[in-house]
Amino acid sequence: MSNKVQVAVFVNGKKVQKKVEPRLLLTDFIREECNLTGTHLGCEHGVCGACTILVDNEPVRSCLMFAVQADGCDIQTVESLNSVDGPLNVLQQSFSDNHALQCGFCTPGFLMTLTHFLIDNENPTENEIREAISGNLCRCTGYANIIKAVQQAAQILQKEKSNSSVVSAQ
Amino acid sequence: MKKYVGQSVKRKEDYRLVTGTGQFVADIKLAGMLEAVFVRSPQAHAIIRHIDTSKAKELPGVHAVLIGDDIKGIINPITQFESHSAVPPNVAKEINPKIQYNDESVLAIDKVVYVGQPVAVVVADNRYIAEDAADLIKVEYEQLKPMVDPYEAMKEGSPLVQNQVEQNIQMEFHLSIGDAKRVEQQSNHVLKARVKTPRLSSNPIETRGVIADYDNRTDQIHVWSATQLPFEVRATIAHCLGWTEQNIRVTAPDVGGGFGPKGGVHPEEILIPYISKRLNRPVKWVEDRLEHLTSARQSRDQVHDVIVAYNSDGTILSLRDEFVVDSGAVNFFGFTCAYNTAYHLRGAYKIPNYDIKSRIVLTNKTPNVPFRGAGRPEAVFTMDRVIDMIARKLKLDPVEVMKRNMIQAHEMPYDQGILVKDGARLIYDSGDYPAALNQALAMVDYEGFRERQKELKKAGKNIGIGISSYVEGTGAGPFEGALLSVDSTGKVIAHLGASPQGQGHETVFAQIGADALGLTPDDIVIKVGDTAVLPFGAGTYASRSAVNAGSAMHEASLKLRNKVVAIAGIILGTLPDEIVIEEGKIFSKENPSHFLTLQDIYKRSRPAARPPLPSEIEPGLQVTHYFVPPTVTFASSVHIAEVEVDKETGFVDLQNYSVVHDCGTVINPMIVDGQVQGGIAQGIGSALYEEVVYNESGQLLTGTYMDYLLPTSMEIPTVKKGHQQHLSTRNPLGVKGVGEGGAISPPAAIANAIVDALSDLEIVINQLPVSPSRLRGLIKEAEKKQSTILSK
Ligand code: FES
Ligand code: FES
Repeated sequence: MSNKVQVAVFVNGKKVQKKVEPRLLLTDFIREECNLTGTHLGCEHGVCGACTILVDNEPVRSCLMFAVQADGCDIQTVESLNSVDGPLNVLQQSFSDNHALQCGFCTPGFLMTLTHFLIDNENPTENEIREAISGNLCRCTGYANIIKAVQQAAQILQKEKSNSSVVSAQ
Repeated sequence: MKKYVGQSVKRKEDYRLVTGTGQFVADIKLAGMLEAVFVRSPQAHAIIRHIDTSKAKELPGVHAVLIGDDIKGIINPITQFESHSAVPPNVAKEINPKIQYNDESVLAIDKVVYVGQPVAVVVADNRYIAEDAADLIKVEYEQLKPMVDPYEAMKEGSPLVQNQVEQNIQMEFHLSIGDAKRVEQQSNHVLKARVKTPRLSSNPIETRGVIADYDNRTDQIHVWSATQLPFEVRATIAHCLGWTEQNIRVTAPDVGGGFGPKGGVHPEEILIPYISKRLNRPVKWVEDRLEHLTSARQSRDQVHDVIVAYNSDGTILSLRDEFVVDSGAVNFFGFTCAYNTAYHLRGAYKIPNYDIKSRIVLTNKTPNVPFRGAGRPEAVFTMDRVIDMIARKLKLDPVEVMKRNMIQAHEMPYDQGILVKDGARLIYDSGDYPAALNQALAMVDYEGFRERQKELKKAGKNIGIGISSYVEGTGAGPFEGALLSVDSTGKVIAHLGASPQGQGHETVFAQIGADALGLTPDDIVIKVGDTAVLPFGAGTYASRSAVNAGSAMHEASLKLRNKVVAIAGIILGTLPDEIVIEEGKIFSKENPSHFLTLQDIYKRSRPAARPPLPSEIEPGLQVTHYFVPPTVTFASSVHIAEVEVDKETGFVDLQNYSVVHDCGTVINPMIVDGQVQGGIAQGIGSALYEEVVYNESGQLLTGTYMDYLLPTSMEIPTVKKGHQQHLSTRNPLGVKGVGEGGAISPPAAIANAIVDALSDLEIVINQLPVSPSRLRGLIKEAEKKQSTILSK
């Protein structure tokens, strides 16, 4: 099949332009065409959340989208969370600190779901966190430590924010 | 010295996994790599009349299409895994097993025996083309009568799943001590019950996957597989393909969960290497979730018919159990799960007369293999339901019946009078089960709960509490090895045969090595999951890695330390006994300021070093240790579930879950707690949500995540944990296994809690999962029964 179409997207801030088959899944585009294998496929039918990425700042299951549907969009994957070989960001570090991952296969999906969640929810309750991650399946951890990690991350982010607002007020 | 063992050291593996730079099988890309897709049987039991692959072969981009006829006589079938299924002679004498040979061809030949069985494989430039081609393959089947119910399968004259397995009974055995039948006849109280545990699918979030890369020049093949058992995969490839084992290297890269079934070598792990060699190209296959749910090995699926005699004070006098394991179309692991069930069933209880008969039956379903707990959750669900039923019959609190029958601390070590699967006597090495029970009861304020329960009942609310306990043989042998060496940078490189799927091996083994060697965990690089690094290895299953690989690591580290201090003594001119190693500094007690590093020792140990070492010390810094445990170590636990049941909907709200457990020495508390919480989550899944369902024609009804329900963050409470540390006497670290434990007790604890919440209805829950519809059915039935009694 060679009815390829042009797709232009921003992936983690970089412009990517490719000719792809219309049936190419967005996940495969990211993994195979962009070589970003942090976005994982766990079910390919929209249930597990392992493939979650941000498209125009909204969490999206990339297994349910074709690459062509993302044309012109701004995409963020787990690889955007820290610089290559650089220190972990607050959320990533909180995951490690709290043992919120075992095999780590589900983790990129959780991180992307939560990256979005923490923007609008500075001080989430346990229940709000549970709801936020209820669309992501983890078979290893039993979720408890993921919830702890989010609580830690939220606290640190809030502190950072209030510090920086103090700084900017000065 | 214990400096790092016992600490919640953060995991070395995390950085790559939280940055998306881990490497799972699906992430590996090789130049010129092709992709494979499998055509699978849509029939449970059928003769293959004809396969037309012509259209598929013509499709541009397709490189190969293979069917059963193409491999007939070329690829040997996968047979029982000898290392797991062999019955030790003394066990055979006790249980008198009857075993019939069974196997699976890696592509179906002549007939199919389960839905999802590989029938053809297509290899193409990429998966999209391979799937197009797979759609073009036409298979004509002639249906045979499917065997779905194991009891029907065992009937004389029933159609056979595998022609040579008479009556579809692949294996049976009988274990007996005392005289249960006689005791029953003399007893005033006899309980009979049928207890069922459902078929489950382990569902690691990473599906299975295989890549093979054949090198023509050296005749070597490198296989990457999302496996728990790289050494078993290597041996099975060698067996099935007739290749030299040493030409096969199997690597398990980052593996996204396993829980058992990724340890059963599957047909794809044989075919992909075969095709890679045939095409002389790297070939990749990654399972999709629908394939996982149909074709990846499944587990559990037992039916127990128990007869129990007991006294009016709750003392159990005898237990007789005839149970059937529905193994699906093939049984690869021999009596592993069935005998685990048989030898674990009595758990923490003393039951002098014990008689157990097991039959492993083949049916037209996906083959079963061990899954987290491997026969133990089935045993514990049966036993703890029995305890609860006795308590309710006698109108006693279940705690009383538990205590009445429990092995006491002063009776340790306790001989259960039978043999472990490995042939050793079943002797519990250490533990205090009554203390664990009391600690757990205190954690949940049992008395307080009972009062609250009464109050709430008046307000029409049904809360209940349920308890389960287990004693688990963990750390099964046969062995695990560690090969340690020091490189020119002074780092210790440790190769281990146990390959992880999320258990943090790179961290915990470094902790063990650091303590034994006087280093920090960062000084030690752990290499796992690769058959190239060590001649022998077993793998990660059966809660065994901390025990076996951990002990091997410990002993090898001590050996390496001996060598290091001997050389340091020579350099520093003092006796080895005078040498201290601390945080990587090697010095004589007398003069700590003058220290050497491992790099210095390395230089001095090289062959042809100047000056050379005395001839009695072999050059090089490399040691190997294989740890062979005398038998399993016995971990134990008490679980308590608190639920509220909505009578109208049958919905169960799991409000609290508490556990007290003993896994001996804890190497890394953070990781142990994580294993417990994660195991319990899977146990909760199997108690309330998960079940693989086949209809009467052997069609799978739970082929997506809409039908096979995995618990989410909304269903799993944060478990309250209490610890005991009764060290094992069977390894140098005092550790017991912990990986599986969490998954063992939740079905029993939760079912007991539900029964307790509805005690006025006297319902009996002997089947899982307790889904709202199943429970609502039981409630309706009970209510009807009560109203007819009232109206009489
Ligand atoms: S892979 Fe997309 S939701 Fe599971
Ligand atoms: S850490 Fe393994 S699936 Fe979440």
